[in-house]
Amino acid sequence: MVGSKKRKGNKTVVNLVLGIICFIWLVPTLGLFISSFRPAADILQTGWWKVFPHQEWKASDDVIRLSKDVDLRGPIEVNGKTYTDAQLKAGVVEGGKRLMWENRRARMISVQTEGWVTKPNLTTDNYKNVLSGKEYKLKKADGSETVQKGSGLSQAFWNTLTIAVPATIIPILIASFAAYAFAWLRFPGRKTMFVTIIALLVIPLQVALIPVLKDYTALGLNGSYLGIWLVHSAFGLPLVTYFMYNFISQLPKDLFESAFIDGASHFTIFSRLILPLSVPALASIGIFQFLWVWNDYLVSLIFIGNQPNVQVMSMKIADLVGSRGNDWHLLTSAAFISMLMPLAIFFLLQKYFVRGLMGGSVKG
Amino acid sequence: MGTQAKPGIRLRAVLISLGILLANILVNGLIFLFFRDSTLHPLLTAVLAVLWGVLGVYLIYYSLTFAAEQFPDKIRGRILPFIFVGPAVLLLGWLLVLPALRTLYLSFFNASSDKFAGLGNYAAIFSDRLLGTALRNNLLWVFVGTLACISFGLLIAILADRSSYERIAKSIIFMPMAISFVAAGVIWKFVYYYQPGDEQIGLLNAIVTYFGGQPQAWTSMIQPWNNFFLILILIWMQTGFAMVIFSAAIKGVPDDILEAARVDGSGEIRIFFRIIIPFISTTILTVTTTIIVFTLKIFDVVMVMTGGQYDTEVVATQFYRQFFMYRNFGYGSTLAIVLLIAVLPVIIVNLRQFRKQGGF
Repeated sequence: MVGSKKRKGNKTVVNLVLGIICFIWLVPTLGLFISSFRPAADILQTGWWKVFPHQEWKASDDVIRLSKDVDLRGPIEVNGKTYTDAQLKAGVVEGGKRLMWENRRARMISVQTEGWVTKPNLTTDNYKNVLSGKEYKLKKADGSETVQKGSGLSQAFWNTLTIAVPATIIPILIASFAAYAFAWLRFPGRKTMFVTIIALLVIPLQVALIPVLKDYTALGLNGSYLGIWLVHSAFGLPLVTYFMYNFISQLPKDLFESAFIDGASHFTIFSRLILPLSVPALASIGIFQFLWVWNDYLVSLIFIGNQPNVQVMSMKIADLVGSRGNDWHLLTSAAFISMLMPLAIFFLLQKYFVRGLMGGSVKG
Repeated sequence: MGTQAKPGIRLRAVLISLGILLANILVNGLIFLFFRDSTLHPLLTAVLAVLWGVLGVYLIYYSLTFAAEQFPDKIRGRILPFIFVGPAVLLLGWLLVLPALRTLYLSFFNASSDKFAGLGNYAAIFSDRLLGTALRNNLLWVFVGTLACISFGLLIAILADRSSYERIAKSIIFMPMAISFVAAGVIWKFVYYYQPGDEQIGLLNAIVTYFGGQPQAWTSMIQPWNNFFLILILIWMQTGFAMVIFSAAIKGVPDDILEAARVDGSGEIRIFFRIIIPFISTTILTVTTTIIVFTLKIFDVVMVMTGGQYDTEVVATQFYRQFFMYRNFGYGSTLAIVLLIAVLPVIIVNLRQFRKQGGF
């Protein structure tokens, strides 16, 4: 049939277009990944794609020496053809060979041939450097030297984890309790409160930063774990509450009505029935919140500042970008280390993650 | 459980709940002080802090419900919902609602917030060149970024739906979602990198020079087009989000409608615009809302890529600069409020949508 044939032809086109898009999407990350394994000097001299086999001009043993009476400013005759000085400087391709000055003062022209080259010059030194921190030698007044280690990424890694795990679990716990109450308990002000929370979904967090910072300074919460957990929890709460409400309110009512009649308290129902039943929802929104906190920059920038003992990775890397814009070997590997955790989570729990994103949004 | 409303129990119940409340405050306060002053190994601190953070919250709920259970049924039924929603409401009230009101208040005051300025800050914002640029760029981000994310997301979702490599293609497109903006900034700095001379280590310039073009300083020199190169990063990161949700919605389009249209001889493009798009319009609205809100707040990309220089300033970076560098609290607050006003229509549309879905 014409129809099925046409669709088969379409499929090749579809796969091709999709393949090209995927390739474009992948290339920037691939470039970073390869670069992070290259020595500093290589990164600065050649593009990362030179790691792959490619054709390049190489000097052969063949060298042309010009006699002393050739005027280098005028047209230069080589093997019966004339070139200008500028041409020889940039290199002229002639019959599969390239002529180029090797040493202009010594009047030597190298004859280069094209050949396949690979520069698989890969190393893990960048990662070692970034993880352990650079060593600085300090000279004391009495002449003795001490070696001090700059702070590496490992401290920042633990800090980020310490912030991200509770900042994921706390809001989810709080939001689930609230969502349970909104869905199954009747109390005055319930509707107003819930609609307010929905409205808060879209509030830009910048609106809250200044006053919260003032409160935090007054309370001494700045730069503390508790402070940053609370901020992340509050900023994440509207979305998590909305999401958990969608899930918990869909659970069958008679399920816990019987438990209630059996004399179970709301707290018991919540922790013995609701939480276990909500595991898929909890997992998906949890991954989402975790990635959000892990990747956060603005909130940490404002509430943690530059205190090295609580500094997080994104800030550390942003600092690197600012202060060592050309230290590509440090930047690339640091960026890749910061991506490891989210990427691992992404690929391991992709199924939940995708389901979490779709929560409530596909219904219509 | 089974508590009787005896008058004698009342006092005991009140005492117990007060004691529990005090104990909570005391214990958590002490732990907080311990962490603030501790000099333990980072790994140990991490483990302990995580334990405290997680168990602490659970225990607060547990002890409070325990206190509530000391009271007779009627009172307990009244208190319990507030114990459940209380922490969420308090947290949101303290860290989102009140701050928003306080920011609104501050926006009517001068730089050091000691003199009333009326609408002066608002007038100043719209006449200041830098802030004007920030507003213009933000609009650019919202329009170009959202439009591109939505259309690319739709296109890829449709293509993936018809492809035999759906899973892997979707994973690849979706992957940048997991990367932080800061790391993405590094990735793209490397793509846009410019160095004077022949050999280019930035991918884009290498491609341009390969085809005989002149290398460009993409994110700095070619204003205002450099903004588009920054927006490209957002598109790279957010298209996956749109794609995943569209993809799920497209799968919900009933097959028999599609088949019927095909039998009638409709082309794929016609089917796409006449059937698929109307069918998933609600989803498109939700995703558009999410991405608009997201782009309005855009901060990290600009901060890492250009620091807001070369006319790439957006409202959020200007806000940060006004507040934390110039210490102009008035301007900072006003910018935040302008952002809020810009989001207002989106809030209203969202609430309407929610009501339509039968939320309450």
